[in-house]
Amino acid sequence: MTQLILFNVFNGLIIGAFYALMALGLSLILNLSGVINFAHGGFLAIGAYLAFTLMPFIGFWGALVVAPILTAIFGLIIERLLIRPLYGRDPLYSLLLTFGLAFMFEDGTRFIWGPQTLPFSVPDWLSSPLSSEYFFLTGYRLFMVALVSLAVIVLFIVLGRTRLGMRIRAGTLDLETVSVLGVNVRILRSLNFGLGIYMAGLAGVLAAGMLGLQPTIGSELIMPSFVAIIIGGLGSLPGTLVGGLLIGVASGVTTVFFPSASEAVIYVMMGLILLVRPRGLFGEEGRF
Amino acid sequence: MIDRLYWKYAADALIWLLLLTMPFWLNWVGGYTQLGTQIVVMALAAMALNFLLGYTGVLSFGHAAYFGLGVYGAGLTIKYLIPSTLTGMAVGVLTAVVAAAIIGLLIVHLRGIYFAMVTIAFGQVFYFVAYRWNNVTGGDDGLSNWNRMPIDFGFARLDILHSPVAFYYFVLFFFVVSVAIMAALLRSPFGRTLLAIRENERRARFLGIPVDRHIWLSWLISCTFVGLAGTLYAFLNNFADPHTLYWEQSGVFVIMAVLGGMRSFWGPLIGAAIFVALQDYVSTMTQNWMSFIGLFFVLIVLFFPRGVLGVIRRKTSS
Repeated sequence: MTQLILFNVFNGLIIGAFYALMALGLSLILNLSGVINFAHGGFLAIGAYLAFTLMPFIGFWGALVVAPILTAIFGLIIERLLIRPLYGRDPLYSLLLTFGLAFMFEDGTRFIWGPQTLPFSVPDWLSSPLSSEYFFLTGYRLFMVALVSLAVIVLFIVLGRTRLGMRIRAGTLDLETVSVLGVNVRILRSLNFGLGIYMAGLAGVLAAGMLGLQPTIGSELIMPSFVAIIIGGLGSLPGTLVGGLLIGVASGVTTVFFPSASEAVIYVMMGLILLVRPRGLFGEEGRF
Repeated sequence: MIDRLYWKYAADALIWLLLLTMPFWLNWVGGYTQLGTQIVVMALAAMALNFLLGYTGVLSFGHAAYFGLGVYGAGLTIKYLIPSTLTGMAVGVLTAVVAAAIIGLLIVHLRGIYFAMVTIAFGQVFYFVAYRWNNVTGGDDGLSNWNRMPIDFGFARLDILHSPVAFYYFVLFFFVVSVAIMAALLRSPFGRTLLAIRENERRARFLGIPVDRHIWLSWLISCTFVGLAGTLYAFLNNFADPHTLYWEQSGVFVIMAVLGGMRSFWGPLIGAAIFVALQDYVSTMTQNWMSFIGLFFVLIVLFFPRGVLGVIRRKTSS
């Protein structure tokens, strides 16, 4: 029993790390530009499928590096062409646009790569269990946890220590003043969007190695990411991180005791959080 | 001024005339009666959403939840409890109202994109319940093996089960009643207050208007009629589909309202008619319906954000 619970907690932690990685990208875009990016799951799927296509040529490690960058470039193009005209308009419109994009991406990946689940092979030495007692501790899972942690740490360093990060944080608080101070807000928003999409692409490559590759991979992960943001508190990136891990573990533990509620439990948690603390765990009072 | 009013009454009369005679001319333009019924049902849902979206200025992206609760409430009642159409409707609407009232209390003080996100996320709970509770709801396959029942008035019998035309008028009756109630509410002081909140919430608050309570009521009214549309939709298909609860359905309601024109009362009706007809046409032509609907969303947002009636109104006033 202990092993089963441990297994599910660990599993939940990994899923939670995905949610967090995806939700952090969503959060970045939401905080600076006020755009709820429904197509985030679509970008994740594109990252995963790109990695699949590139792998025979440049191997797993090459794909892990290149695919998220290509996804981010694709994201930048989409932002420039479709989303930029909508800044400053009612958020309804960017919501509807990315909603439509999500449909197109999902159907597009199905059209190009087919509806069946594709095999996504990770290097052999990563996929073998490390110990026979704790069979679920495969190298790949530990590697994923390490890589997600690294990505999150780098993100927080970029935001906390670099000029770009400083501008993004300032823009989140007051974009107009940042603009007046001579920062090119258009470029700032683009870079920020690209950064968010890069994280979606990275999450996609990692998710493909664990969950298998199918066109709905993105739309299955997007809703929990919203919940992670709401639980953590809108506007707070550390909150988003905690929220993602929290709902991952919660749904993992629920799987042990009441498997059919493992999806619904995170929404119940969200309801409770909203009841007790409407701004979320780490949200600022009065910002939204 | 008098000229404008004259046109307005003429347009209203034309819309009612078209709706009342729909089963008679729809076949001529390549439709069929069930398609007309579907348009009226979707129009009711979209107009109900627009009560909140267009007239209160609150962006809900989770109305599919209450639509789907209506669908399942009606279906489950008829299948397991009482084989009566009207009882099924009452239970379906009541389920939607109770859920909306409770969730509304949790979210009513949120605004803008935060509100939208929370409504999206909350919608998913009911989807997972329907999806996972296999032995009652039928899970992913949906709830089938039940059907709407003829209605017995005692002195007469309305066979909505076997006559699509009778069912069309049955649906249209509820559409007319709902639309009349919504129109009356919008003309009342309550409705004007909602408009004031939409235009400037802070000023409305300064005037002593209990803003949160008004938004909650508007949300509740909106969800009630969406739930009613859901029950009618269940009867239309004699089937409860878990996808009516999914967030894609919420987006479809919003795009119907935007496509027709959010700032006009009849806009969502026109949006629903265009959308349903297009869906019917495109899905017979291609497998890639999702790509088309996605492209449709993108094109509307980029080139047609005011909607049909918004554009017409702008042309006539300039």
